[in-house]
Amino acid sequence: MDLSAFRDPGIARGLIEAINATKTGPVKIMEVCGTHTVAIAKNGLRAVMPERVTLLSGPGCPVCVTANRDIDTAIELARRPEVIITTFGDMMKVPGSHSSLSAEKADGRDVRIVYSPLDALALAAKEPTREVVFVAVGFETTAPLIAAAILRAEEQGLKNFSVFCAHKTVPIALEALVNDPEVEIDAFILPGHVSTIIGTEPYKMLAEKYGVPGAITGFEPVDVLQGVLMLLRQIEQGRAEIEIAYHRGVLPEGNPTAREMVERVFEPIDADWRGIGVIPGTGLGIREKYAAFDAVKRLPITVPEPTEIKGCQCGEVLRGIILPFQCKIFAKGCTPEHPIGPCMVSSEGSCAAYYRFTDYGRA
Amino acid sequence: MCLAIPARVIELQDNHMAQVDIVGVSRVISLDLVESANPGDWVLVHAGFAIQLIDEEYAKETLELLKTLPFFDEEPLLAEGA
Repeated sequence: MDLSAFRDPGIARGLIEAINATKTGPVKIMEVCGTHTVAIAKNGLRAVMPERVTLLSGPGCPVCVTANRDIDTAIELARRPEVIITTFGDMMKVPGSHSSLSAEKADGRDVRIVYSPLDALALAAKEPTREVVFVAVGFETTAPLIAAAILRAEEQGLKNFSVFCAHKTVPIALEALVNDPEVEIDAFILPGHVSTIIGTEPYKMLAEKYGVPGAITGFEPVDVLQGVLMLLRQIEQGRAEIEIAYHRGVLPEGNPTAREMVERVFEPIDADWRGIGVIPGTGLGIREKYAAFDAVKRLPITVPEPTEIKGCQCGEVLRGIILPFQCKIFAKGCTPEHPIGPCMVSSEGSCAAYYRFTDYGRA
Repeated sequence: MCLAIPARVIELQDNHMAQVDIVGVSRVISLDLVESANPGDWVLVHAGFAIQLIDEEYAKETLELLKTLPFFDEEPLLAEGA
């Protein structure tokens, strides 16, 4: 599929002109997807916005919003000798209270990066004497894959595969942000692939109850500009709706098959978001019926009381209260080579994106 | 992390799996979440699973609309997702 037109400078220029031609007061637009964070930083889209339009990065990087307690739990699981930890590469370097999965691997624990939860299933079949644990971090995009993997494990009769699930769901977290008196958001650039699964319905309360418009947006520069333009047009016209700027990847109804699978395996639980705190109903817990695949129930561990990272302002960055370069330690002690907080560790973290693609915050 | 890329379905395999072509690279992925995919279809792939069929027509339509820039002051062009 040829997507080059979605990177076409001519089309982008037209959209930038149209954005500049909109008439609104100062507007704060938040994106809530790490892939948008990178797309905006890499393509220099902040610099082409009119001065009155501020693009903020929200809690859209699943690794970044994972609480220390959850990272510490993954580390305690890794320390059990029979366990092989499998996870996506992004999780490896994220610091918990005292260690990271990467540091544990260097100390001899068996921690492996996989491309897909299916790789973890294959590993479990190959290593019947070991306990293969998939450390699952992610949003609605990834949750159906984890559910499918658990259902496949059940079907295959695998007895040595389990999941530590630190998954989170997006819409209610956005509502919590809108209700946070410290946070000011006029519109949301909504995550494209989360929406591929959930569709438009779950976001509608943002528009209807709070008057905050949203545009479900793709990841090429033209997609992002289109999303911004649609939001500015809504604000200009005094509308608040959930629109789709990414029709090639998102249907209004989402993917019902995927949602049904998630519903079958998981139930909503409270989740602890780094920097935001506990938001009721935004986590996914493995249902009792599938308890045999729940790593924390299968492999009892004791997790010490977590401690917070000193000096790191990730929490404020994730809520859009400060921009990454306004953090006291940004580029001064905290860099992608020597990250202190998760927003600088993950390639999708807003601090890492600002550091790699812009010169803000550096003399 | 929620990265997903377009792939073309080449061949259906047993157990809801399919061989796909991702920018010239052949991979085997799961069709658990997109049961109706057939050879020739485009799907969005995320971490070894197809998560949605992609309608190529939508991509073309969006571009056709955008290509009418800078004369797109008319409402309908932008209200495509409403």
